[in-house]
Amino acid sequence: MHIPDGYLGPATCGVFYAVMLAIWALASKIVKKTLKARQVPMLAIGAAFSFVIMMFNVPIPGGTTGHAVGGVLVAILLGPWAACIAITVALVVQALLFGDGGITAIGANCFNMAFVLAFSGYYIYKAVSYNASIGSNRRVIAAGLAGYIALNIAAGLTGLEFGIQPLLHKTASGQALYCPYGLNVALPVMLGEHLLVFGWVEAIVTALVIKYLQKQAPELLEKGRE
Amino acid sequence: MKITAKFWIGMAVLAVLSPLGLILPEHFKAGAAWGEWGSGQMQELVGYIPRGLEKLSSLWSAPIPDYAFKGWEEKGLSYLSFAYIISAIVGIGITVLVVIGIGKLLAKKGDQASGKK
Repeated sequence: MHIPDGYLGPATCGVFYAVMLAIWALASKIVKKTLKARQVPMLAIGAAFSFVIMMFNVPIPGGTTGHAVGGVLVAILLGPWAACIAITVALVVQALLFGDGGITAIGANCFNMAFVLAFSGYYIYKAVSYNASIGSNRRVIAAGLAGYIALNIAAGLTGLEFGIQPLLHKTASGQALYCPYGLNVALPVMLGEHLLVFGWVEAIVTALVIKYLQKQAPELLEKGRE
Repeated sequence: MKITAKFWIGMAVLAVLSPLGLILPEHFKAGAAWGEWGSGQMQELVGYIPRGLEKLSSLWSAPIPDYAFKGWEEKGLSYLSFAYIISAIVGIGITVLVVIGIGKLLAKKGDQASGKK
């Protein structure tokens, strides 16, 4: 889901950078009000977890690979604004240091994985686990469901961003300038592979860790509220 | 043991296991993620390299491209796995440092230690 350099045209890159600048500014403002110095290690753990979990490429035999983002878990534990910052750091390190995701696409990649994924996952979890006790199974199910749906929303958005490129940028002879695949290919492929395989990976990772924390650190599940 | 300590242990375990993210796709003959192809692969897929893509794709040269050391591309999977683990450790380390830096800017301090530098 890491869009590389060259797949999105300048218009798309610019728009998402602008949108993310506003979101980052708002996120820092909101996190500044709530974050205490002793919570910084948890924020660092969240960012590092997201970084490393994205290295676990899961294969579709004979096909492509994909991975979980871990962002829904971070959002459940730290709240969506803090998660947005944590995942952004992971994505920027991946782009600058490892060339995973383009530097022109940092805005778009952060919008998909740090903003939309974190917020949709967080609110799905909140809704499904509404009024559930800390140790209840409904929380585990809510976490899994949130992971599955949020990753697919992010993948669908990525497909959308890929897919509009041929509409926006074409040479006179009809060749694409950036991503050559239109919506009719990019959207079903991105959604399909995540609905079938990678969404389940995010679901399982999120649900298992929540299950573990119910026993080991239930106090962490009481937080995450803003 | 504090839960944060357990999280750090978990992180170390993930770093050591990370080459699974390299070995499993190799084993199951899975290619690059969709939409993350290099120029050569793009040529094969659509018969040409989109001009804008060709120009932008070399915009940034990352110090550890694709979690592998430069010049190690032709070495075996065990070398690549080693580089992958080092990449995980370096990536986790830098991510943590950046977040601590951001935390210093954003988090409320209990006591203000004013150190001169």
